[in-house]
Amino acid sequence: MNIKTRKGFDINLAGKAALQLGAAEQSETFAIKPTDFVGMHRPKVVVREGDVVKAGTPLFFDKQLEKALYTSPVSGEVVEVKRGDKRKLLEIKILADKQIEYENFTKYSVSDMANLKGEDVKESLLKSGAWINIIQRPYGIVANPDETPRAIFISAFDSNPLAPDYDFLYKNEGQYFQAGIDALKKMVDVPIHLTTNGNAEVSAIFQNVRNVEQHTISGPHPAGNVGVQIHHIDPINRGEVVWTIAPYGVIQMGKLFLDGRYDASKKIAVVGSEVTTPQYYETYIGAKVGKFLKNNLKQDHVRVISGNILTGTAIEKDSYIGFYDNIVTVLPEGDRPRFFLSDGWLAPTSRLSFHRALGLLSFLNPKKERVIDTSLNGEERAFVETGVMEQVVPMDILPLQLVKSIMAEDYDGMESLGIYEVIEEDVALCEFVDVSKHRIQNIVRQGIQLLREG
Amino acid sequence: MKFLHDILEKQKPMFEKGGKLEKFYYLFEAGESFAFTPPTTTPAKGAHIRDAIDLKRMMMTVVIAMVPALLFGIWNVGYQHFLATGNPDAALLDIIMVGTIQVLPIVIVAYTAGGIVEVIFGIIRKHPINEGFLVTGLLIPLVMPPDIPLWQVALATVFAVVIAKEAFGGTGMNILNVALTARAFLYFAYPTDISGTVWTYLGEGGAKNAVDGYTGATALSIAAEAPVGTSVDTALQSATSGWAGAESLFSFNNMLIGVIPGSIGETSALMALLGAIILIVAGVASWKIMVSGVVGALVMGLIFNLAGSTPFMQMMPHYHLIMGGFAFGIVFMATDPVSAAQTETGKWVYGFFIGLLTVLIRVFNPAYPEGIMLAILLMNVFAPLIDFYVIQANKNRRLKRIHV
Repeated sequence: MNIKTRKGFDINLAGKAALQLGAAEQSETFAIKPTDFVGMHRPKVVVREGDVVKAGTPLFFDKQLEKALYTSPVSGEVVEVKRGDKRKLLEIKILADKQIEYENFTKYSVSDMANLKGEDVKESLLKSGAWINIIQRPYGIVANPDETPRAIFISAFDSNPLAPDYDFLYKNEGQYFQAGIDALKKMVDVPIHLTTNGNAEVSAIFQNVRNVEQHTISGPHPAGNVGVQIHHIDPINRGEVVWTIAPYGVIQMGKLFLDGRYDASKKIAVVGSEVTTPQYYETYIGAKVGKFLKNNLKQDHVRVISGNILTGTAIEKDSYIGFYDNIVTVLPEGDRPRFFLSDGWLAPTSRLSFHRALGLLSFLNPKKERVIDTSLNGEERAFVETGVMEQVVPMDILPLQLVKSIMAEDYDGMESLGIYEVIEEDVALCEFVDVSKHRIQNIVRQGIQLLREG
Repeated sequence: MKFLHDILEKQKPMFEKGGKLEKFYYLFEAGESFAFTPPTTTPAKGAHIRDAIDLKRMMMTVVIAMVPALLFGIWNVGYQHFLATGNPDAALLDIIMVGTIQVLPIVIVAYTAGGIVEVIFGIIRKHPINEGFLVTGLLIPLVMPPDIPLWQVALATVFAVVIAKEAFGGTGMNILNVALTARAFLYFAYPTDISGTVWTYLGEGGAKNAVDGYTGATALSIAAEAPVGTSVDTALQSATSGWAGAESLFSFNNMLIGVIPGSIGETSALMALLGAIILIVAGVASWKIMVSGVVGALVMGLIFNLAGSTPFMQMMPHYHLIMGGFAFGIVFMATDPVSAAQTETGKWVYGFFIGLLTVLIRVFNPAYPEGIMLAILLMNVFAPLIDFYVIQANKNRRLKRIHV
């Protein structure tokens, strides 16, 4: 299927990563944070401080989903099990070995893959930690292995601001990607939809993949969001479950079967206007970002974000990258008052805006790469403006009405207005353009939470 | 500007919890956030950058779009005054002076009265003072006749803000357009002060200053009263034939430009059009409502042409667009995003019916020849129903997809 979308908005930020691998010292510690897994019920830790682990050794599991293990990305010593209020598990830190050792999982040759059994695939994925790459919709949570999805969706590009180039990230990993797809197909015999960018050249590794249904989508962000693709290819209805996996997860599954190990190595992009040399680095899941930022920042008053600027999480400069994230973005903090006549709400400005209201001139130069700070640019107000959110959601969904139904805790309304089809990232642009400065993503998650509990 | 910010910051503790003037926190906050965009940053999770727009800027865009109508209104009030009092060749400066002296107090009274109500509610309800009043405070004067007593402006504004807005929970929650409620209040509470000869400011002493042949009527009332057997055109031409200097007062061009008696900001379709261009280019008001409103009026006008038995019914449909407050109403009132239909499809229906009803009410209402105000208020009430059906259609589409 060739999908074309018109709605959306490309945010062109300064600080794109150059297509090169930076040479930075590897970080000494790595951490897995249960908070990265949205909707995790209650993590149960299975290691203690001082334990020695290998890459693929279980660290904890979710009491509501005991089969899926969350494992260590590297080998080394568990140096801290950090807890917060009410003993809430915050992170498990591992001091990494110089040479990574791996837990052994069954290894298959390319020809063996044909004899792979679905049950074995599932067991390996669950035990190794590769399973948690599978996200289920509705809800956007780690998939339940006891359910069979209607289909699997993979978005083969990222349209978010400053998104990494998948071609660069996954160069030479085509055979693993194929093996991952084959394994998934063995496990659940459902259509696997792979959607590539219709506006750009398709990466080699996605071009000739077998066992998938190929689609293209062209349009502004959020065309790369898997939720948008699902909506156009085969939308989710009440009572249905589909799975989504990022290409990284599929490749990791491929490595699990072809190499017999849980390989958490990944390339990450360090980007943003405040980064001196925005480029890629090779590391592992859960890396401490400090090493990549050391001597690499233009100034100190910055916000470091694990993930992209639309959906990411602010972290400390020496904190750890989120489990699913492959970029670290650094922006200037915007915590300064702006006088209304010089650069405030009445003054003409070239700061980025989707709108063209009085003095908002950025539309004159849409291609310009911009430096944007984290200012809220206003205050929270009642919903007054209508019709704007609709312009950035390329789905047959009424975002404002959906948000209002969530705020009113109207369960029927939420369901029938399409809450099963969206997660935070799909409404991130709504949050960006909202004149009334509401936390739309947070509201949508609250709605999802209500439905999960209800 | 840092020193100014520092001064404000120094006063802040007085208004914060435990401070001497704690009650007035939101008044202080309104002042401070007016001068300085607050240094608030985005939360740690979610979108870390936000659009440069805020509600203040959006509302100011609407205010700017109304400025042509206001300026023209000021000039026109002065011009109509001199025309009616037998001095059509008055100097521009004199015209503007008279207009300003008459119009400015109305604007100031509306802003002050409404502002006080906003502040009181902000303090009682402990919520920030809303920018929406920047717009309402200017809309109200623009739909008032120039001769309106100031106490009525104040009363109408207070009534509208309290009953039409705050009673429903404040900005964003109101069902009816606030400015139109103010006008409707006066229309029903003080009908004698908002009809008849109020459309021209005649100065101290009123009607006795008027020249021979002066008529206090508006184009719409002349059209409504055109005797059967003639045409509206003839009626408009002959209405002021005995009025020296204003023989063709109600010509097409005059009505288009707005050099006719009427509410302060409403007479000029051209200025409304200019405002519409600003609003549409800025993306602040819905062009769908404006376009469908015009279509609705033309359609109803055409239907009357076909079935018409009176001259008003037979009037060319496009005359409806330049007479009375139609242009102003459809551009500035119907597009109020809170009281209008909120779904994009709904906006087409909503605007269309406003246009249609305006013409219908104009032609059939024997008491009052203007219809746009009642049409918009009526459709305000129906907007949630329109949205309901649009939303229902969306829900049904979703239901239909279910695989069986």
